[in-house]
Amino acid sequence: MHGLSFDIAHLLAGGLVLVSFLMLYQDRMFALINVFALHAVLLALSVGWQAYVQDAPQLYITAFIALVFKATLIPAALRRIVERLNIHRDIEAVGGIGLTMLAGMALVALSVVVMLRVTGTADPLAREDLAFALSIVLLGLLMMVSRRNAVGQVIGFMSLENGLVLAATGARGMPLVVEISVAFSVLIAFIVIGIFLFRIRERFDSVDVHALDRFRGERR
Amino acid sequence: MNAFHLDPIRLVLLIPLISSGVLGLVRDYRWSAQLNVLVSLLTFAAALLLFVIPPAPGPFVQIDDLNIVFVVLNTFVTFTTSIFSASYIGHELETGRLTPGYLRFYHSMFQFMMFGMNLALVANNIGMMWVAIELATLTTILMVGIYRTHEALEAAWKYFILGSVGIGLALFGTILVYVAAEPHIGAGLNAMAWTELLKNAGSLDPALLNLAFVFLLLGYGTKVGLVPLHAWLPDAHAEGPTPISAVLSGLLLNVALYAVLRFKMLLAANAHTFAPGPLMITMGLVSVIFASLMLYRRRDIKRLFAYSSIEHMGIIAFAFGVGGPLANFAGLLHMTMHSLTKSAIFFSVGHVAQVKGTQKIADIRGLSVSHPALAWALVIGVTAIAGLPPSGIFMSEFLVVSSTFARAPLLAVPLVVGLLLGIGALFLKLGGVVFGEPRGSTAPDRASYVPFVTHLAIVLVAGVYLPGPIVSWFQHVAHLLG
Repeated sequence: MHGLSFDIAHLLAGGLVLVSFLMLYQDRMFALINVFALHAVLLALSVGWQAYVQDAPQLYITAFIALVFKATLIPAALRRIVERLNIHRDIEAVGGIGLTMLAGMALVALSVVVMLRVTGTADPLAREDLAFALSIVLLGLLMMVSRRNAVGQVIGFMSLENGLVLAATGARGMPLVVEISVAFSVLIAFIVIGIFLFRIRERFDSVDVHALDRFRGERR
Repeated sequence: MNAFHLDPIRLVLLIPLISSGVLGLVRDYRWSAQLNVLVSLLTFAAALLLFVIPPAPGPFVQIDDLNIVFVVLNTFVTFTTSIFSASYIGHELETGRLTPGYLRFYHSMFQFMMFGMNLALVANNIGMMWVAIELATLTTILMVGIYRTHEALEAAWKYFILGSVGIGLALFGTILVYVAAEPHIGAGLNAMAWTELLKNAGSLDPALLNLAFVFLLLGYGTKVGLVPLHAWLPDAHAEGPTPISAVLSGLLLNVALYAVLRFKMLLAANAHTFAPGPLMITMGLVSVIFASLMLYRRRDIKRLFAYSSIEHMGIIAFAFGVGGPLANFAGLLHMTMHSLTKSAIFFSVGHVAQVKGTQKIADIRGLSVSHPALAWALVIGVTAIAGLPPSGIFMSEFLVVSSTFARAPLLAVPLVVGLLLGIGALFLKLGGVVFGEPRGSTAPDRASYVPFVTHLAIVLVAGVYLPGPIVSWFQHVAHLLG
């Protein structure tokens, strides 16, 4: 089938996976936010390309949302939050960068093996897109568990969501994609506003038993 | 269809949606509480109308024999919870935990949540169902954090993050179902409609459906509160307003379970997919045993009953996992009974926590002396939820266990152990709360017992006698579930 369009879609989706890896080892807040903005720009390009290839103009809206909302507004808001909350110091990563990267590679291998085996009959474009998308989703999850900082977790969640949007646009002619991407944007806006209003800095778990007890509201 | 023709489905959706907007504008909280009760009653009436005028399935919404049970239960518990809420919130206002502005927000969100849940139940489209469950979740998150204490915000945040991950996984599963359906049904809305999916289930790619189901079970399972994914549930129940705990336990968990059941039906209609039963059985059993053990270490009374909800959702998931007409029947019955009993318990716990000014079990002592009515309410509620004979829960648990014995006797052993552990823990905690030396405030309560009595009366009557039409209806639905 049309080789070039297929290759470009591949290139962009593969680029998203690569940027997901880049995000895994960023240990500075601002750098992390910048890499996320890049992730969102790549997503916008990828969705835009799908819109062109599939001749589905409504997908341009999704691409536009990705570009304006995720690549511009959200990173700007997050930068402000990081400045206000004064957390531009290093982010601690659980298990160290080496281990996280290894785990990330294992996840990508897993998703490629699972998806390619399972989707034997599906349309090849959707098939490999889904494999990439699942890798991005799993890498996003990995990032969420490896960060203690609320902003880092939110960025992990947003990269996960980028993977979902990629999957949804890759599925040919899937309805409600625009609605779903809008719903997700609302969700993210809520999260970001939540962090800002309530000044949530840390994930609420700690090895400190005392803090844990208080958190569970179960101290006598 | 002309503009004046309002079929009951639209009423079930539009009444909560419109009243959500209106309640946001009413300034006096007494009025808005009354209005909340009134519109909840109207929604319930509209849901009952569904039996009289069964609507034809449309491209977006449908009513079939499965979801009508859920819709009626949902709107009924909403109605009784709104009565409880009216008697609950005045106290919150007096103690300054909520301001009038937040109360307006509370009532508005209450109805909006109902809209989300009803939409999820009647949706004939897997994408729309997903969006609706997300809406309902978002509003409950806002409600959980409404007291704005440190603990409440932490609980809301945890719920937010875990809920979002769950919803993300569920979306991936939804996309996979679409990818499986698209080659056979054709691109577009039809490939996401339940009615079309079920019609064509046999020809869909089984491998894709299997993978999709794993994602959907993990995603919606987070919302059901099945064990490895349950971490948000106790916090959300303990820190939010008690009417919301009642709605969470009684309804939102059911809605998420309904989503899982729908997809299970889809898998069952395809001969080549794996059997989803063992997955659900494992998660269910782990939930039952884990939650029962955790019950022993609870010191917060709302948290205690939150863990009990995890236990019961485990039993229900287990029952549907075992499958077959009898176990499905038991699962449906247990779900109904659990919704009614658990929300009734939260009604009485809400008033107990208000009169005592605390949720700590250690500080609530000797209720039978200071507040006999509340004490008896709690005793009856706990007896019912523990599954002792006259209650409907006993009957459904008995059916679950006996149907498991018939199919796979070894599985029944851990289930029974879990159930007994749970009973022990509940009575251990209840003893101190109800009897013992009275401690804390003895101020008279201004509780409304109507919702509590209604729920428990249904549960107790159902334990002794189930009307024939209901039995045959449930049997019919149990057959549908395969």
